[in-house]
Amino acid sequence: MLEVCNLSVNYRHTPAIENVSFTLHSGVAGLFGSNGAGKSTLFKAILGLVPASGGTVKWGGKPVVEQLDRVAYVPQRSQIDWDYPVTVEKAVMMGRVATTGWFRQHSRHSRQLVRNALQRVSMWQYRQHQIGELSGGQQQRVFIARAIAQEADLLLFDEPFNNVDRQTAAIIFEIFAELKAQGKTLLVISHDLGATVNNYDRLLLLNKQLIAFGLTENVLTKANINRAYDKYHSFTPQLPTINHSINANLVN
Amino acid sequence: MLTWLIEPLEFEFMRQAIAIGVSLGILSAVVGSYLILQQMGMMSGVISHAVLPGISLAFFLEIDLLLGAFAAGVLSALCVMGIQKRSRIKVDAAMALILTSFLALGVILISTLKTDRIDLDGILFGDILGVTSGDVWRTLIITGIILLFTKLFYKELEFYTFDPLGAKACGLPVNLLYFGLICAITLTIVASMETVGVLLVMSLLVGPAITAYLLVKELSQMMFLGSIIGAVASVTGMYGSYYFDLPSGAAIVMIISLFFLVALLFSPSQGILTEPELSNKIKSWLRKFNK
Repeated sequence: MLEVCNLSVNYRHTPAIENVSFTLHSGVAGLFGSNGAGKSTLFKAILGLVPASGGTVKWGGKPVVEQLDRVAYVPQRSQIDWDYPVTVEKAVMMGRVATTGWFRQHSRHSRQLVRNALQRVSMWQYRQHQIGELSGGQQQRVFIARAIAQEADLLLFDEPFNNVDRQTAAIIFEIFAELKAQGKTLLVISHDLGATVNNYDRLLLLNKQLIAFGLTENVLTKANINRAYDKYHSFTPQLPTINHSINANLVN
Repeated sequence: MLTWLIEPLEFEFMRQAIAIGVSLGILSAVVGSYLILQQMGMMSGVISHAVLPGISLAFFLEIDLLLGAFAAGVLSALCVMGIQKRSRIKVDAAMALILTSFLALGVILISTLKTDRIDLDGILFGDILGVTSGDVWRTLIITGIILLFTKLFYKELEFYTFDPLGAKACGLPVNLLYFGLICAITLTIVASMETVGVLLVMSLLVGPAITAYLLVKELSQMMFLGSIIGAVASVTGMYGSYYFDLPSGAAIVMIISLFFLVALLFSPSQGILTEPELSNKIKSWLRKFNK
């Protein structure tokens, strides 16, 4: 059980998130909000990557930062240097580094977990490829595999559906369902308020403060969406962002 | 040919120079691999210039010059990191400011402490043919220690340099790992100071590592191939220096740059001249020309 209580983060007196409180049980929760709503900041505050100005984050009654080995974090693809000389298999193996511990070689069990995870995301045949040789969707699947291999109980995914192909999106949702069946807790940042919202058990709407939290039909009311996306975006809240990222790809 | 290779080895100074060159070639490639993957190639420039005030103070206080150099080098790197973390200033600008500040402080200290008897030329440009057996041992020990640490912390350092945020989210002590890397880089620079000189150590740190980077797809391979390139370049440069009376440091740097140029042009996966599009273009030109 993840308990977030009155969590606040300030960047130089500008609040990034304010008094966010919610409790997650096992299952898949979707975190939605406009750009700058503080979604990634909330993740980083949960993991202790940015200092919180107030509030607590607990997992099973104990602070999350004291048991980070039980948490898997999948960062945004843009945060990674994809030219780094590492193969797919080695990149997934990094999910085992903390569990393996200092001064030790990875065990056979770890190698088996990495193999299973890569097979699960249909990337085993690419294990010897350098990560930069992969497509965006394949790169995302490598990081999902890393999270699976980590065998964490709480999994945080930062925009896993950004610029991925349909096959990857389908695989990711299948994996979410499997992880949920194993009793794990997932929190996923997404932009797609379309049909895919049915894949989430709970939704969170964030706009610096937590606007709404609960079942899909209770969260996605017009009033909540207007508050989360500052009215004028209304029904296609993320369209400007999507266009922006497509343009960026064309430029690249 | 064989006598040509063996003849210089009859001299003690050449044997020592080659031992130190090979050792530094390996050390720089391993440490340099981390350096360029952190996108901090210029950090070697900052540290190598920032050692000056440390050397001057150490000379004045009559302690080991290398100790002063090491302290000043580490301090400069921490200043860069502090500015980068605590402000919106980008790392390249922070590096430019810190480099000049430390260099200026060094110049002022040298003139006010009257420590201008320091062999600045030797420190800036190195004299690999004038090394003593004490220098050789010190370099070998530093190389041994850093290689051992690299082996011990390889998987953690790989994780940290690839995905710092992910590594921190897993609970790895990323600040400690960064500090360890900075110490390793500074030690390498200090160890190279009297042989190739602080100005040319940048080449040793960056050159072999980026040459290997163009040719392989894994960090361990990059370190291994980089070590070979660094060691071969050192030895070749020294022979060039012996037979053609070239300045030894400069000769080594030119060989390293030559290796890089060859890799840049002919790397099977990333070479400029091995691009499939290019060969198609050339073929079509040739066809036109033949008509």
